[in-house]
Amino acid sequence: MGKVKFTIDGKEIQAETGVTILQAARQEKIFIPILCDHPSLPPEGACRICLVEIEGQQALQPACTYPISEGMEVSTNTPRIRAARKFNLELLISDHPLDCMTCEAAGDCLLQDLAYEYDVTEDRYEGTKHHYSVNDPNPFIQVDRNKCILCRRCVRACSEINGVEAISVFYRGFSAYIGFGADSSMDDSPCEFCGSCVEVCPTGALWPKNSLGKGRLWQTETIQTTCPYCGVGCQINLQVKDNQIVKVDSAWEGPSNHGWTCVKGRFGYDFVHHPDRLDTPRVRKYLLDGKRKPGAKKRKPEVEGDPWQWVEVDWETALGITADKMRQIRNDYGPESMGFLTSAKCLNEENYLMNKLARQVIGTNSIDHCARL
Amino acid sequence: MVGLATAFGSGAMTNSIDDIADDAQAFFVIGTNTTENHPVIGMRIRQAVRQRGAKLIVADPRKIDLVDFALLHLRHKPGTDIALVNGLMHIILANGWEDKEFIKNRTEGFDDFKAVVDEYTPERVSEITGVPLEELQQAAEILAQNKPTAVLWAMGITQHTTGVGNVMSLANLQMLLGNMGVPGGGTNPLRGQNNVQGACDLGGLPNVYPGYQKVTSPEIRSEYAKAWGLTEEQLSLEVGLTATEMMPLALEGKLKAIFVLGEDPIMSEPDTNHIRQALETCDLVILQEIFPSETAPYADVLLPGASFAEKDGTFTNTERRVQLVHKAVESPGIARPDWWIVSELAKKILKEGKRQVGEAAYSGWDYQNTAEIMDEVAALTPIYAGVSLQRLLNGETLQWPVKDQDHPGTPILHVGQFTRGLGQFTPVEHIPPVEMPDKNYPTILSTGRVLYHWHGGQMTRRSKGLLEIYPEALIEVNDVDAEKLGLNGNKRVRVSSRRGTIEAQAMITDRVPPGMVFANFHFPETSANELTIAALDPVAKIPEYKVCAVKVEAV
Repeated sequence: MGKVKFTIDGKEIQAETGVTILQAARQEKIFIPILCDHPSLPPEGACRICLVEIEGQQALQPACTYPISEGMEVSTNTPRIRAARKFNLELLISDHPLDCMTCEAAGDCLLQDLAYEYDVTEDRYEGTKHHYSVNDPNPFIQVDRNKCILCRRCVRACSEINGVEAISVFYRGFSAYIGFGADSSMDDSPCEFCGSCVEVCPTGALWPKNSLGKGRLWQTETIQTTCPYCGVGCQINLQVKDNQIVKVDSAWEGPSNHGWTCVKGRFGYDFVHHPDRLDTPRVRKYLLDGKRKPGAKKRKPEVEGDPWQWVEVDWETALGITADKMRQIRNDYGPESMGFLTSAKCLNEENYLMNKLARQVIGTNSIDHCARL
Repeated sequence: MVGLATAFGSGAMTNSIDDIADDAQAFFVIGTNTTENHPVIGMRIRQAVRQRGAKLIVADPRKIDLVDFALLHLRHKPGTDIALVNGLMHIILANGWEDKEFIKNRTEGFDDFKAVVDEYTPERVSEITGVPLEELQQAAEILAQNKPTAVLWAMGITQHTTGVGNVMSLANLQMLLGNMGVPGGGTNPLRGQNNVQGACDLGGLPNVYPGYQKVTSPEIRSEYAKAWGLTEEQLSLEVGLTATEMMPLALEGKLKAIFVLGEDPIMSEPDTNHIRQALETCDLVILQEIFPSETAPYADVLLPGASFAEKDGTFTNTERRVQLVHKAVESPGIARPDWWIVSELAKKILKEGKRQVGEAAYSGWDYQNTAEIMDEVAALTPIYAGVSLQRLLNGETLQWPVKDQDHPGTPILHVGQFTRGLGQFTPVEHIPPVEMPDKNYPTILSTGRVLYHWHGGQMTRRSKGLLEIYPEALIEVNDVDAEKLGLNGNKRVRVSSRRGTIEAQAMITDRVPPGMVFANFHFPETSANELTIAALDPVAKIPEYKVCAVKVEAV
């Protein structure tokens, strides 16, 4: 592939033949506003916001689909361009709720950012507005078609990234809307709830149900980490507010997943805050009383005073009892009388320590985990 | 892992997700339901097929979702993987499609291997596997014509009494085709848990110290004794017990105590009844967990650990990549990071009693953070020698082996040379599963996971959305069988094996062939492991989760 020389806003640029004006501009960190394009998806040419002027051409051209050529002179921010963009934004806003005050996406919405930048303050056009109900029954994703700008990012994410083609645009013109499967609900379509559509949606049209009302982007802290489920090792961004994980976003730099996740990685984090979480060490009453272990068959742990009753204790007590029992069993029966199951869910560092506990402290090689299971 | 270690000298996924997704001309996916169990890799395979025309062969008794994207679905009978792969290699050899240069320069043991493969004629293989002759021929042609092909598998290959043999067969196939040490090729076992790779890497196995250094080696023992402040005699040269061996010994009263960290044997081990009895027989069961799991009723001590979101450290993913885990929230109550709990316990055990630990570089347990622990790991684990939290925080991405602080890591194993030198061809013979269907138990049960749940289900059953979309176990029953059983629409079935019985809702589907049912182990009342058999691969000690005999009845 050869290189092509051209200019953007007077700046001389070289880029590979075949790239679009938008791609070349991104490489040079020149910002061209756009709603329908996403760096991880193929271009669509749907929103008409990325219009640019090309010297010698009458019409404005979309930067996202127009390929560069030798000697081309591109302008990205002339009064004519700004007027055209503003007009297109006004059309979009004319059929879009102006509820930014309560919208989940406020602060994380491209349409809001552009409306602000282009001073689109109110509805300039009289006409019919859509009033879709917001009632897709699936457990994960709120679908608010009133906020959809038909950029088709979700459609492309579903077909190009996850490859299940659960989302498409139904009907045309003013009647067009995004729908699922054979125009059904999300959970009655091939959707696997990977959440890619939510991630790429530029507005609040698709939003995680579990995140509703829990905080907006500027109120949360972003912490990148590794997903706790399968072995792919997807990087995810936890959005945290008031010691609660409120949302999972894509970490685009993740080397194994490049931002994409599955349903568990994106929506399955709430176990962390489940009321069943163990928060205090517990020992059986018989241990606290210094008694021998009673037979398991007649245990009634729920009965007050039963030797199998759980008693909540502090760490000193719990670890003291555990250490004494382990030392005693080791002394009485030898190191081979003990087995250790370490954890494929715990850290590398923790697994190393379990290996050290079994081998250095007890003296047995009987340590294993569920690699086989 | 043993199978790959025998063939190549190290047992892990040889390639990286990126190079497989970008460079494989074909995928041979056998015994991995990738889109449900490793969904993002499943996504990448679908992308490769649709966007760049990569060829996909799925070999699986079940019609898994990836079949929709496959050029060919080899629907072999459960437990016939060796015969299938031998058959494909037979056709490749008969047509002279093998990579003769690669075999000559980089492998040994070819002649003995070929002698066995010669016996696996297409006719015989078709008979054993149930795969039509023309599909065997087509598959062999696709493998021969598309270089490189990436071979991917998971528990569908390993959870058999012939698991090691199954893996060796796939290693043989990739050496035969010359697909090793190149981007887009390789032998790629997909690891099913976030840090199962790391637990294996860092000594969580009974036969090896961290970095797969054998416990039977006096030299290695000497190194660890010196580092940990022990005399050599204080460390055992005997291979320890696997999880699947511990339980029977507990039942016999020989294993007195079990320390369980973040595991749920009641859900994840085979033949649940037998695990219950084993745990009840123990003098001491210590459980360190984040939830009162199904194993908790059998515990004497319950130590509250931290979830992934509450601690800093590292996990190692399926492609041997060491990645950071960052603390995002505080643990509930006085729950503590697991490394803290283990360290405090170790200190308390060592404070008294007759086991003496002397002064040495790494004898102590006073860790301030996991970065310090990783420095100790790096010092004692050659494949992690160059790993440090600082390098990862600087944005480096490290796949082991990382030989020193300047080494960039190893995205693809066995480039130019295998870890053991030459690749070892091993002849492998087909052996049927231990428990085959008979008059009383006429149906084959295979087990696994579904997309919306994970392993024993402790986490996913406590996630609102996941539980809502998949609230109870479904047992896949073929439509032909369903009709014979008199199941109409949503009916419950009772599935019994020689070891236990479960009742659950049937999902009537052609995903399973007639004569086979599929169940998961995500829900306690209906866990497939009530039924499974504790028959083990003789070398890897992995249970035969993918085949046992059951009886299915309408309730």
